[in-house]
Amino acid sequence: MTTATTEDFHFLQQFLLDRSAIVLSEEKHYLVETRLLPVVQRAGVGSIGELVRAIRRGDRDVEVAVVDAMTTNETSWFRDAAPFEALRKIVLPEVIAANVVRRKLSIWSAACSTGQELYSVAMILDAEFSEVASWKLDLHGTDLSTTVVDKARSGHFTALEINRGLPASHLVRYFRHEGGHYVIADALRSKVRFELFNLAKPWPPMQDYDIILLRNVLIYFDVATKAKVLEEAKAHLRPSGYLLLGTAESPRGLVEGFHSMPAGGTTIYRKEGA
Amino acid sequence: MHALVVDDSRAMRSLLRQILGRLGIDVAEAADGRAAIDAVVAGPLPDVALVDWHMPVMDGLELVTEMRRHKEWRHMAIMMVTTESEHENMVRALLAGANEYLIKPFSADAVLEKLSLLGLAPEATPASDHQGGEYLP
Repeated sequence: MTTATTEDFHFLQQFLLDRSAIVLSEEKHYLVETRLLPVVQRAGVGSIGELVRAIRRGDRDVEVAVVDAMTTNETSWFRDAAPFEALRKIVLPEVIAANVVRRKLSIWSAACSTGQELYSVAMILDAEFSEVASWKLDLHGTDLSTTVVDKARSGHFTALEINRGLPASHLVRYFRHEGGHYVIADALRSKVRFELFNLAKPWPPMQDYDIILLRNVLIYFDVATKAKVLEEAKAHLRPSGYLLLGTAESPRGLVEGFHSMPAGGTTIYRKEGA
Repeated sequence: MHALVVDDSRAMRSLLRQILGRLGIDVAEAADGRAAIDAVVAGPLPDVALVDWHMPVMDGLELVTEMRRHKEWRHMAIMMVTTESEHENMVRALLAGANEYLIKPFSADAVLEKLSLLGLAPEATPASDHQGGEYLP
């Protein structure tokens, strides 16, 4: 029994909204079934309805599994050419110049999924900005899904994943093939750290960043949560800091204090008052 | 845009023809390296050749080496599409003149992304709608 009843779907809608501020529209009924079928199988239960009953009685493992499964983890290396070009041509050169005395650089991939975005940034820094090789780098990735954070930390990727947008030159330079997986080079992995973080919950005290990548996650939040997350992100950007959002995302009408800059097919946002 | 798919597996050629066709790319096929050389000589020059490694008559690495001997074919991009995933062999293929490397199994989206890396992003519809589209040959 793989179909979700209307009642189950509505419960899951509310559950996901409460737990992760993910807005699941009515037409995403199919997505619930597609994503939760493997959870049904792994949990050894007979249906999505049984998963719902497990959540209702507070089964923590099932809760985590369902959030993990429903969190969109679609990602690729150097995902979307334009923002990465903006990083190379504008954002990183400016931010590096601004930090040349401090010799520190902090970059946060705030919805890092399985790590490809942050590892891509690490590759760019390694391959194209050798001047920061001796700096103190803090390359930080966070996500609300335990499964993806664990995977990001492991640095192990399948052929299907490694094929997604990774140039062959980087494949041979930064990965080794081991036991059927492609494993990120230790030199690169040692530069990044990954942690669990729920953007939709109150943010704990944390450091400021030079660059925050907050891409393709606001689209899942309601308006109030979007505004709150953007306000927090602004508060945690250093004076010369940049915010990069997904193509369909903008701070316009949600939060003041960002200067928007067109950058080769995308828009990047610099904290005002820099 | 023209593509030449070189693979001894009819199923793989058919699959790649389907993916590339959806992107509006004209596809020619060859079942081994020698047939691929003949196809390029006969013309038109493909914008990209998608080349398997392990094939009869002339394998993929030999084919890449041979193709790069022809200076007049230098504008043709070459993408290896193969199960061959040993690091040393990937490097050999790139040094021989391959521009990109796609490891089997791959998704339809990956083909499009690799074409983009080669500066050959087609203007047609995306390879898949992100609701699957994985190919596990």
